[in-house]
Amino acid sequence: MPFDIEKVRKDFPCLAQRVSDRPLIYFDSAATAHKPQGVIDEVKEFYEKFTSNVHRGAHHLSEIATSKYHEARAYVAKFLGVDDDAQIIFTRGTTEAINLVAHGLGKIHFRPGDEIILTEMEHHANIVPWYLLAKEKQLVIKVAPVADDGSLDVLAFKALFNEKTKLAAFAHVSNALGTINPVKEMVAFAKDAQVPTLIDGAQGVHHLPIDVQELGTDFYCFSGHKAYGPSGIGVLFAKKPWLDRFPPYQGGGDMIESVAFDHINFAAPPCKFEAGTPNIEGALGLKKALEYIDHIGFAKIHEYEKSLYDYAVHRLNGLKKVNIIGTAKDKVSLLSFTIDGVHPHDVSSIFNHYGIAIRAGHLCAQPLMKRFGVSALSRASFAFYNTYDEIDHFVAAFKRVFEVFKL
Amino acid sequence: MNDILDMYQELIIDHSRSPKNFGELLVKSHYARGHNQLCGDIIDLDILINEGTIVNVAFSGDGCAISKASASLMTDSIKGKTVKEASELFDAFHKMLTGKEPAMGLGKLESLQGVRQFPVRVKCATLCWHTLSAALTKNTDQVTTE
Repeated sequence: MPFDIEKVRKDFPCLAQRVSDRPLIYFDSAATAHKPQGVIDEVKEFYEKFTSNVHRGAHHLSEIATSKYHEARAYVAKFLGVDDDAQIIFTRGTTEAINLVAHGLGKIHFRPGDEIILTEMEHHANIVPWYLLAKEKQLVIKVAPVADDGSLDVLAFKALFNEKTKLAAFAHVSNALGTINPVKEMVAFAKDAQVPTLIDGAQGVHHLPIDVQELGTDFYCFSGHKAYGPSGIGVLFAKKPWLDRFPPYQGGGDMIESVAFDHINFAAPPCKFEAGTPNIEGALGLKKALEYIDHIGFAKIHEYEKSLYDYAVHRLNGLKKVNIIGTAKDKVSLLSFTIDGVHPHDVSSIFNHYGIAIRAGHLCAQPLMKRFGVSALSRASFAFYNTYDEIDHFVAAFKRVFEVFKL
Repeated sequence: MNDILDMYQELIIDHSRSPKNFGELLVKSHYARGHNQLCGDIIDLDILINEGTIVNVAFSGDGCAISKASASLMTDSIKGKTVKEASELFDAFHKMLTGKEPAMGLGKLESLQGVRQFPVRVKCATLCWHTLSAALTKNTDQVTTE
């Protein structure tokens, strides 16, 4: 069955609105994606019919909420190719997931002088937690460089490993360049060197099928809101031995077996890492979002998004003064660019005037901005609910930018 | 509908492309750095004040057309004014960008009036003025528009 874009668009109610008196063209899904009706209905239904806490009491509503929350975890596990649900921790998002790992590893894994390998294309969320830990534990951060086309210099990445290397943490997909990193090769290399790996999957999980068990990574993190789910919910996959050894990240209800003032028995994972009432409706909504992705299927998502991206690049290639930043062979449908002589913030304002939402700024990747000698970029990110027609309008808006700025 | 050309008037584009007083002062008495966290714009402002009068002023840094044009227009308009007059001008400028009344008596600064239709961009236009204010109060810490 061919990809039915009209039907897909009808599933996303927020897309059918006007901005600046024109139909909204939403090219900022890499910042946060719109939600299909099923996700919205699921969250609404939880409030309307099942509101209650999980793992508390044996009353009817709590039993439903608890069972739905478990089902959500089970679905996430299946989605990531994980057998054991206990290895799936619900967090607030990718950022909290990475912080949780940094906290755990900080307590049990690192010694002064140990090294962490990151890449130059990391989002701040995969830099700052390690920087903080490095300061606290006297660790050394090594950075794998990015090539001119925006691909990772994998040889240089491998060359950074030595006997002091105790972690490699890297993006599945770059949020600023769209580059898909060769995570399989990177994880395999790290495993050979007996170095654990963390993959920031925030920009990858909704574009590419992933089997974390087969991949062999120790940690994989992603956020619900970029994967068509609610905000405030995210996922950490961690291999069981780590979760058994990590001390709790936060203390509170739900993460204990028994509490006395002089002795506490902690719950087993995953509850050990989910102190307090969790984001139940977020988890339920996330399950619906992942079901939606599965319903369309990665093969169709990839094919359609790639054709959108290729079309946009083809249309922009004729335009002088437009520079695409990030042209790696393996990319998701994300197009960062600069226009000579025009600041990205101005580009964004003019695009907004035509109802087109794009991102402008340092994209939470300041080291990468420095690498490419820019203070900011404009970024258009295409999702499977975008259209060729929208890209035509997008290209026309470039011409308006040229007019306004007399280029 | 708000017209984007109200914001990007010809004078603004001209000042952003060829800003006045762009560079650094060799002799200065006051300095501050302004930073717009939202978009990463940075402005360094050098001022030379003699007996309460702004004798010379220059800015450098990287920013959008609105922030560059605003800094260019600001430096032009405060040169030769007393510190008190410059501060009053900031008040009037701020009122123009946040109020509803048409601006009066602000000369070329009025070309930035269109920015007020685009609230997220007001900070771009006021960054240089906040930086000026910090420099004049000898607050040498980095200022932000937050």
